[in-house]
Amino acid sequence: MSNPTQLRYTKEHEWLSAAEDGVATVGITEFAANALGDVVFAQLPEVGATVTAGETCGELESTKSVSDLYSPVTGEVVAANQDVVDDPSLVNTAPFEGGWLFKVRVTGEPDELLSADEYTAFAGN
Amino acid sequence: MSIAPRLTALDALHRSLGATMTDFAGWDMPLRYGSERDEHVAVRTKAGLFDLSHMGEITVTGPQAVELLDHALVGNISTVGVGRARYTMICQEDGGILDDLIVYRLGETEYMVVANASNAQIVLDALTGRAAGFDAEVRDDRDAYALIAVQGPESPGILKSLTDADLDGLKYYAGLPGTVAGVPALIARTGYTGEDGFELFLKPEHAEGVWKALTEAGAPVGLIPCGLSCRDTLRLEAGMPLYGHELTTSLTPFDAGLGRVVKFEKTTNEGRFVGREALEKAAERAETAPPRKLVGLVAEGRRVPRAGFSVVKDGVVIGEVTSGAPSPTLGKPIAMAYVDAAHAEPGTQGVGVDIRGTHEPYEVVALPFYKRQK
Repeated sequence: MSNPTQLRYTKEHEWLSAAEDGVATVGITEFAANALGDVVFAQLPEVGATVTAGETCGELESTKSVSDLYSPVTGEVVAANQDVVDDPSLVNTAPFEGGWLFKVRVTGEPDELLSADEYTAFAGN
Repeated sequence: MSIAPRLTALDALHRSLGATMTDFAGWDMPLRYGSERDEHVAVRTKAGLFDLSHMGEITVTGPQAVELLDHALVGNISTVGVGRARYTMICQEDGGILDDLIVYRLGETEYMVVANASNAQIVLDALTGRAAGFDAEVRDDRDAYALIAVQGPESPGILKSLTDADLDGLKYYAGLPGTVAGVPALIARTGYTGEDGFELFLKPEHAEGVWKALTEAGAPVGLIPCGLSCRDTLRLEAGMPLYGHELTTSLTPFDAGLGRVVKFEKTTNEGRFVGREALEKAAERAETAPPRKLVGLVAEGRRVPRAGFSVVKDGVVIGEVTSGAPSPTLGKPIAMAYVDAAHAEPGTQGVGVDIRGTHEPYEVVALPFYKRQK
């Protein structure tokens, strides 16, 4: 699998798009989706909620386990992907595209976001 | 002492198929090959192929083999005919379940006991200890067999193309020797998925060849390799208990709703067997004042209950989930749980499961969740 080079990544396996008009999109990586197995339930942050970099803001449930979802950045949630709520398997089939999770108006981001190469080395794939 | 996981004879094959592997009872086993949901659906609608070589085979032979088994296990093994199999349990003196087992009668005085991987050594030790005074031999045959299962509605057709054995004459809960893809196998029909299917006990050196032959014969009708993950959701839908979840040493077979496997009327040993006195008390308690009962729960929402989560009613804990998973067949999360007998009736209102602090509504239903149309 390849991790898109235009994205940045966290060690919690989230990806973050470049902000357009201050709004960035968040999802989980293909590596994480594969590790989870079939995702069956997604609890995403609500529009209007404030998320904080490195803190939990939702959960992803798969057949075998439940995993916390962390926000890569600080800001206000401006969209949550209803398609994923309706069909959580999108996280498995299109983690970098239709399986995005939420959009956030970024007010702060940590220093330790990884490039695609750095994340690939970190995740060992 | 080695702490490296044990590998089955099919290990290299699993890796070549890209399986996600997991540690299971000290064995490195395939969790899934692709999507566990696709694997589940394949078994329900077509066919799936499983490596179950981690299961523990123990051979019991000798003039008093059946007396030993009647003494050591809770079933009346004397009534099992040659070529048939019996679901049974081995209990402690206090009635607690040590393991659930399948016993195959392979010959007049030859039986094969199949234990769960996690309990194989415990069962072997218990049978060996309980054999004292009986003219019978207990043999550890865990390394003598690989075990492959083909499960699903297409499985009879797939296996027929590879064997001369009379599969139509092989009933559910039976096992007979035959050949599969040209090699000797014990062919059994004792599946754990809720579907028709077969288990093939083989010499480990034959496992890869048989796996490949089944894959080739089954691929045109939709057979795919399947891992432990979908095996768990399949057995859960079929309402089948799993040791360590629904069955433990702190429960008797009567507590688990499986009192029918205990036979107080035994053919040998004047009816004596390990655990008898405790089990008689457990039977009476189950009849008059059962503490908890095993029930099915079906979610109204989409959050998944897991083993150990509390079952609640009116804010009070009334039970505990033993197994839970999203059910691919029902399209909803399901669970098995022990709940107080007063709230165990199917249709009981107001029952929930505490999922990380939120009480999610669940419907109490009778088990199993899924029964195949015959």
